[in-house]
Amino acid sequence: MKNVSIRIMALCLVLALIVSLVGCTKAPVQTTVKEIVIGVVAPMTGDVATFGKSTRQGVELAVKQINDKGGINGSTVVIKAEDDKNDPVEAANAALKLISKDKVIGIVGSVASKCTLAAAPIAQSNKIPLISGTSTNEKVTQVGDFIFRACFIDPFQGLVMAKFASENLKKTTAAVLFDIDNDYTKGLAEQFKLNFEKMGGKVLAYETYGKGDQDFNAQLTKIKSFGPEILFLPDYYNTVGLIAKQARAQGIKAIFLGGDGWDSEDLVKIGGDAIEGGYFSNHYSPDSTSPEAVSFRSAYEAAFKATPDALAALAYDAANILMEGIKQAKTTDGTAVRNAMAGLKNFKAVSGNVSFDSNRNPIKGAVILKVQGGKQVFEAVINP
Amino acid sequence: MAGGCPRHFTNSQQEGRENLLFLQQLINGLQLGSIYALIALGYTMVYGIVRLINFAHGDIYMIGAYTGYMIATRLNWPFLPCLFAAMVFCAVLGMTIEKIAYRPLRSAPRIATLTTAIGVSLLLQNLVRYFIGPNYIPFPELFKRQSYVIYSAGSGLGLRTLTVSNIQIIVLVTALTLMFLLQFIVRKTKTGKAMRAVSFDKDAARLMGIDVDRIITITFAIGSSLAGAAGVLVGIAYPRIDPGMGVLAGLKAFVAAVLGGVGIIPGAMFGGLVMGSAETMVLAYGKSTYRDAIAFTILILILLFKPAGLFGKSVSEKV
Repeated sequence: MKNVSIRIMALCLVLALIVSLVGCTKAPVQTTVKEIVIGVVAPMTGDVATFGKSTRQGVELAVKQINDKGGINGSTVVIKAEDDKNDPVEAANAALKLISKDKVIGIVGSVASKCTLAAAPIAQSNKIPLISGTSTNEKVTQVGDFIFRACFIDPFQGLVMAKFASENLKKTTAAVLFDIDNDYTKGLAEQFKLNFEKMGGKVLAYETYGKGDQDFNAQLTKIKSFGPEILFLPDYYNTVGLIAKQARAQGIKAIFLGGDGWDSEDLVKIGGDAIEGGYFSNHYSPDSTSPEAVSFRSAYEAAFKATPDALAALAYDAANILMEGIKQAKTTDGTAVRNAMAGLKNFKAVSGNVSFDSNRNPIKGAVILKVQGGKQVFEAVINP
Repeated sequence: MAGGCPRHFTNSQQEGRENLLFLQQLINGLQLGSIYALIALGYTMVYGIVRLINFAHGDIYMIGAYTGYMIATRLNWPFLPCLFAAMVFCAVLGMTIEKIAYRPLRSAPRIATLTTAIGVSLLLQNLVRYFIGPNYIPFPELFKRQSYVIYSAGSGLGLRTLTVSNIQIIVLVTALTLMFLLQFIVRKTKTGKAMRAVSFDKDAARLMGIDVDRIITITFAIGSSLAGAAGVLVGIAYPRIDPGMGVLAGLKAFVAAVLGGVGIIPGAMFGGLVMGSAETMVLAYGKSTYRDAIAFTILILILLFKPAGLFGKSVSEKV
């Protein structure tokens, strides 16, 4: 008996397969699939590896929660993750591999703007929606209409910090020191200068360095000679820690400001006392009180035994936005998913309610955090 | 400097301020230069005696930094024992590498040894990546950073003080001490005499009863221990270490060694200080993007006009 039923089932399956294969040539794309594969591109190793870890955990949590509720329209969601080592070439390869080999429906990633800028054209030309959690450079979503992000953009962080410096701290002079080889720090620096001067402040020194530099004494001596009240350092945590130490050793007393690249426990390990009292803009604070944020934090802490950072929150949001798109599109066709994502209105995300503007950038507020006693303390919210 | 200086400066005030700025930048340059010099000393020694550009030298420097890190975090040793332990470990490592990788190729064409050196360099980097991890590690604080104002020009706008940090002093003093020690070993001891003999003519030295293999091993040990010392000093001065840190530093130190004249010990010291100061001055008065370009342009100019380096005597090649 058993044997017969298996044979019948097998026959049915083969028939279904033939029908579907024949159907494929003309009919629209198959809508019910067993598994929905989404890709993750993130730096799991390299200079910003803690970013990659948080990103991956954020996506994992989002997917686990969806699957626990029965998946998307009855299909289980599966993650395929690739390491880009924070290298644009690796990021492009990772995106290509996910699309051509793993047949992903959408991609979450990457972390750094330079990597997302390399991966985005590949997603765009294959009509696969890509949503980065944290790439804040303006140019990322300008690659094409399949590219989204869950965070605000560089100009906004530069503007937020300029506004914070002149309105909250009431300072009028500043210096900027940034990595000229990196689009992220360059974008923040330009917008800070533009907006700080627009608000009546003066940027006394606008200095640069290159990727991998460790010695900033020359630039800092120059900055010291102008005596600014604010020193804007829009780089990632490991470099900012080094700069802060050297600046304080030279006797620079300015207040340090920066962007979301500061968000790592290693900032204090490298920067020590020198980074105390610095402020940076961020997308998310674990102390946020919205119901989504509170439930996200408790779920994340239960799963990973760690407090979520902004990267985890944004990756979680990005994965949820992508999966909501797939759910609303009721298909795995890239164009339909893209349209559903672009049409989201006030989607309840952890980092705020998300709607997309015409460039697929979300519209929402930013938080300012202060480094105090080696920890990040919530300071203020700045609205656009 | 356009637009930077407030208008109400008088000319003499302005000038004084510029001088202070220049002196402070020179101090910054000496710190960077001392580190290049320390690595360059090892490069130059090995080249002087074996005629091998030891590309793994920069990676031994990296291992030195990691050894210092391990000892400082696991055993909580203070600076000097930490420095000494890193030097000993790197000396042993240098001797081992010489024995395993370079000695069997002693009579092979020079290109084969050079390729092996690159292989050793990659091996060391990836071993650290595998066993310790590929990421930046914060180096522990062995000293509380302190700055001393050595000159003050009263209050007012602009740079009014010259500051030196304890770390700058330690780095420079250690580099100078090691250089004099090295010079002493090479010039005044029997081993040093043997080294110079091997450097001059390996075969003749052997005929005179010098154990060439032993001398070469000692050379590697001393050269590597200097790199190890540089690694610990860098960890203190720039507390962020990673497995790839030796590549660019090694390259810069190599340029410094060539600048001073490869094989000449005071030349390497001088070359390192010149490189460090030149880079700092480019950053101070030019653009950061030109820094490496200018450093390497200096190298090209020196090679064009003084091929044996600043301290070198040109010798016609023996055929």
